[in-house]
Amino acid sequence: MTDTVTHLRRDAQQEASRFPALLARAEHLAGTVLLGEHGRRRSGMGDDFWQYRPLRSGDSYRSIDWRRSARGDEQFVREREWQIAQSVQLWVDGGASMRFTSDQNLPQKGERARLVALATAILLIRGGERVGFTGWQLPPRNGDVQVLRLAEALSDDTEDDYSEPEARGIIPHARAMFVSDFLGDLDPVEAALTKAADRGVRGVLLQVLDPTEESFPFKGRTIFHSVGGSVAHETLKAGDLRTRYLERLAERKDRLDRLSRLTGWQYMCHHTSESAQSALLWVYRAMDGGR
Amino acid sequence: MTMLGPLGFTAPWLLLGLLALPVLWIILRAVPPAPIRRMFPGVVLLLGLKDAEQVTDRTPWWLLLIRMLAVAAVIVGLAGPVLNPQEQSGAEAGSGPLLVVMDASWSSASDWRQRQAALDTLLARAERAARPVALLRLTAPEAPQFQAAGVLKSRLTGILPEPWEPDDARVAQAIEMLPDEEFDSYWMSDGLARDSRALLLAALEARGEVTVFESPRAHYTLAPARFEDGHVRLTLHRLRPGPEAEVTIAGHGLDPAGNPAVLVRNTVRFEQSATEAELELNLPAELRARITRFEIEGARSAGAVTLPDDSLRRREVALIAGNENREGLELLSPLHFLDRALEPTADLLDGTLEEVLPANPDVIVLADVATLSPGEEAGVLEWLESGGTLLRFAGPRLAASDVSRNDEDPLMPVRLRAGGRSVGGAMSWGEPKSLAPFAEDSPFFGLAIPDDVTVTSQVMAQPDPTLAARVIAQLTDGTPLVTRKRVGQGQVVLFHVTANAEWSSLPLSGLFVQMLERLAVSSMPAAPAPEDLEGTIWQPLRVLDAFGRVGDAGNLPGVAGEALLSAPLGPDLIPGLYQGEDRSLARNVVSVDSVFEPAVWPERISVEGLSRPEETPLAGWLLAGAIALLLADVIASLALSGRLGGTRPRAGTAAILAALALSLTPVPSRAQDSPAASPEDEAAAMLAASEVTLAHVLTGDRQLDDLAEAGLRGLSDILFYRTSVEPAAPMGVDLETDELAFYPMLYWPVTADQPIPSDAAYAKLNDYLRSGGMILFDTRDSDVAGFGTSSPEGRKLQDLAAPLDIPPLEPIPQDHVLTRTFYLLQDFPGRYASRDVWVEAAAPDAEQVEGMPFRNLNDNVTPVVIGGNDWASAWAIDERGAPLVRIGSGFAGERQREIAYRFGVNLVMHVLTGNYKSDQVHVPALLDRLGQ
Repeated sequence: MTDTVTHLRRDAQQEASRFPALLARAEHLAGTVLLGEHGRRRSGMGDDFWQYRPLRSGDSYRSIDWRRSARGDEQFVREREWQIAQSVQLWVDGGASMRFTSDQNLPQKGERARLVALATAILLIRGGERVGFTGWQLPPRNGDVQVLRLAEALSDDTEDDYSEPEARGIIPHARAMFVSDFLGDLDPVEAALTKAADRGVRGVLLQVLDPTEESFPFKGRTIFHSVGGSVAHETLKAGDLRTRYLERLAERKDRLDRLSRLTGWQYMCHHTSESAQSALLWVYRAMDGGR
Repeated sequence: MTMLGPLGFTAPWLLLGLLALPVLWIILRAVPPAPIRRMFPGVVLLLGLKDAEQVTDRTPWWLLLIRMLAVAAVIVGLAGPVLNPQEQSGAEAGSGPLLVVMDASWSSASDWRQRQAALDTLLARAERAARPVALLRLTAPEAPQFQAAGVLKSRLTGILPEPWEPDDARVAQAIEMLPDEEFDSYWMSDGLARDSRALLLAALEARGEVTVFESPRAHYTLAPARFEDGHVRLTLHRLRPGPEAEVTIAGHGLDPAGNPAVLVRNTVRFEQSATEAELELNLPAELRARITRFEIEGARSAGAVTLPDDSLRRREVALIAGNENREGLELLSPLHFLDRALEPTADLLDGTLEEVLPANPDVIVLADVATLSPGEEAGVLEWLESGGTLLRFAGPRLAASDVSRNDEDPLMPVRLRAGGRSVGGAMSWGEPKSLAPFAEDSPFFGLAIPDDVTVTSQVMAQPDPTLAARVIAQLTDGTPLVTRKRVGQGQVVLFHVTANAEWSSLPLSGLFVQMLERLAVSSMPAAPAPEDLEGTIWQPLRVLDAFGRVGDAGNLPGVAGEALLSAPLGPDLIPGLYQGEDRSLARNVVSVDSVFEPAVWPERISVEGLSRPEETPLAGWLLAGAIALLLADVIASLALSGRLGGTRPRAGTAAILAALALSLTPVPSRAQDSPAASPEDEAAAMLAASEVTLAHVLTGDRQLDDLAEAGLRGLSDILFYRTSVEPAAPMGVDLETDELAFYPMLYWPVTADQPIPSDAAYAKLNDYLRSGGMILFDTRDSDVAGFGTSSPEGRKLQDLAAPLDIPPLEPIPQDHVLTRTFYLLQDFPGRYASRDVWVEAAAPDAEQVEGMPFRNLNDNVTPVVIGGNDWASAWAIDERGAPLVRIGSGFAGERQREIAYRFGVNLVMHVLTGNYKSDQVHVPALLDRLGQ
């Protein structure tokens, strides 16, 4: 009994030690975008201060901002910015293929995917949106606590080499964001996108790739195997495969792009060697623009 | 050993292993490199892709070649290759006992080390072959004892040459000693021809095979130095005629401080195929006397060293006569005969006693000098004590004086009777007296007395107890003719007759010269005859070893005089410097008449030289090469299989390349601290330095920079017209790159957006300010902002000036020197006429002296002037000299421009003259003080 508790606690601490770091980095990343990019520029229901205006007839005394009004003879009302909450649902690939990096100086693909996803979530939550995961695991909510929940949920991994996007539980007319390397079978992706499009959901596809997956700099006799070890391929001259590999990759990207345009989504390929901020900016603008 | 050209193999059978190489090639080629397992999520994209070639990926040919070469190098290396293996022949190749005969003379000393090395190799080989070896040195023959080569090898360093040659007697002795058994001989010859060689060769050949070892090295000998016609002549010989050669001769001796030094060095040129060369040295007497040996530099042989004895050393003799009656007849001069007798062999000094004493002559001759002044006497006594020889001659004056009459004069060997005597003259009874034979203890002993030497007059010695001991020559009647007394290390010798032929015929005879010689008054002639030296014993002073090194003789026994001259050198007569009674004699290895010929060997004898290609074992190199090749193979294999470069080319390859580069390239020499100035920079700097040049700081604002330049051009023109300052065209300076030291003043227009200079530029600016430069900061905003208010330019100025070393400032006081350096000014307008112009604050203790119009202000130029009047605009002119910027309106504006120019003139004057005008105010006071 005690053992179980101890294990649980240790694991929990391990997990906890992971996601605050992710959270902190995501916050940091989000902080670079937050400034001056959000808000409705209108007064309305919201948390953020918009402007003071003189008291008019009809305003309740309660709405008077006494701190401001005490400075002069007039009474002022504090108006808040009008905010409309929207639901944004994320899916971040937790498959084993995401736990890969070609260089110790580069982050793993999964790490980068989570970072960008969480930073986007933070930005959206700060903007008043409700953010959650697809599926039933974590429905969209707002508030800072949701960020913690998201971070926690993001640290879950699956053992499968390539996981399929979760398209269940997508709220109609919401927004969605799928982050993956999209190296697995594309048919489920297509199915998920079509399903989402059917429900009027639009969003972004962020493909995160390692630079070696883009350049295929291998030579000589090599046995390639997937991270989980389920797939392997042996070649005698890896160098010869390069062009054909790149062709296939381009084909796949092209398919994703076509698919996303067809369904009204936006697609981008991000490499872990590039800065996370560029991906975040793109995602944020894509989300904002889609609004 | 198997030979392949110059290559030999100790284990040639191993080379058969090379045959296996083609097989290895095929095997290696068939085996592909092992696969790498690589994690790669993109593998799904690869599924189903087929390799274009279905054949196995083969090891590339060059990698195979590297491996083959490595294996081949190992095989060849193990086969023990030797470059230039030494062929054994003659005596070396035999198996019986081996006798090593060495001439071991001085002539072989010069390459003794090589001989030792050759002997070492020989002994090593003999040791391997288990041959007993004996050694016979002909210069010091000892009965040869055959023993293990190792024993001899251990003594090898102790086997040295002797500074003499194996003469006939020694060779005969050596032949006697030869054992009767059969043995081979290895003769290390010194290369000189000797008659005795044939005998020994025959004796050796009777017992076995003979191999001769001879060095082909150039062999130089140096004959003794001769002194002829005031020059030192040295003759060099070489054994074999050869090409032109230059040889350096050095004369060693003591320098004036007493330290050994090379006193003279000269080169001699051997003409093509000449065997003799001569060197003529013109040396001052003092230098000549100090030379202790001549040697051929680098020869390291006793034959290349010659010790000069007294033959080089000419004695210095001072001749002083009582009456130098130059009007008398030359033959009657008291010094004429001495002059003639001594001149060929001695350096004569003329002059008074005071003059010659400091020259410390060897001999002072006083001919008929009776008395010396007390000072002279003391000086002469001191000189005598330290080894001088005072030679006195009698004469009428001495005879007439009272010198040494009652008491023995310290400078007289004996007391003299008054008057002297005359015999054999017209007025006397007796016959002229002749000389008695010299006693055995006399220095003149052995000299033949000619019959015609007669004495007619002499001064007489008082009979004293010491007299008998002091007489060294006497007349037949027993009266002393020459007396001598030792004083300290020196001696006083009195000839009781005159130095001319007045009193005796002695000076006319050859005996006189010989007597002077014996008294060491004159130097010895070059070669003394053996008879001259009969009965004398010479003590070795310094001796030579075979290598030409001069060593102390220690307690070597003395050598008889006649032997010293003629006996052959040997252990009893080591070459060196020998000390006789009053002089020294050198016995050199090479004498004047030595002739050396190269040894000639019969055809049947094989003669080896020292220089033969060295035996070089190559196994080590080959094995090292194999390892290097294998390392290359490792790197190449890694690179080929993608393990080296592959995914992270930077980390692996770069590190290896860097390591290679580090190991291959030498550490680069330190780059110059400052980049070399370009020619244009240099030209600009020279122009700026050659003329007074006003400069402005480039702000990066093109328009402003142009305006500033135009302004300074206008100011320069005004200066040119009105003052004696004639500036060159103004320049713009880039604070980062340009040298500031050439400019007396910098005009710095401040804009709100100009870049802050770098730290280096600030360091330069501070240097400039400290060394007397001035910067005129112009914020150009006086129309809108008072100074110090926060206009953007003002704020920028604060930023710009913060790192500068600027003293406390104040607005220009009324009595500042800027107000009167050229024009009297109280306003400093530019385009604007603000009065806010700031300069370095006056010292707090600056007081106004009563009656003076100005305070006694700081002594130097204010380092900064700060204002906002946009002076450049007021000064600016275009190419035609017309003002560029409109100032004010109408006449008032032109007046302001004029004042602005005046301010500029004052400013430049202030920069160039400092507080000169400030000092001028003191002129009235100074004039007043001077009473004008």
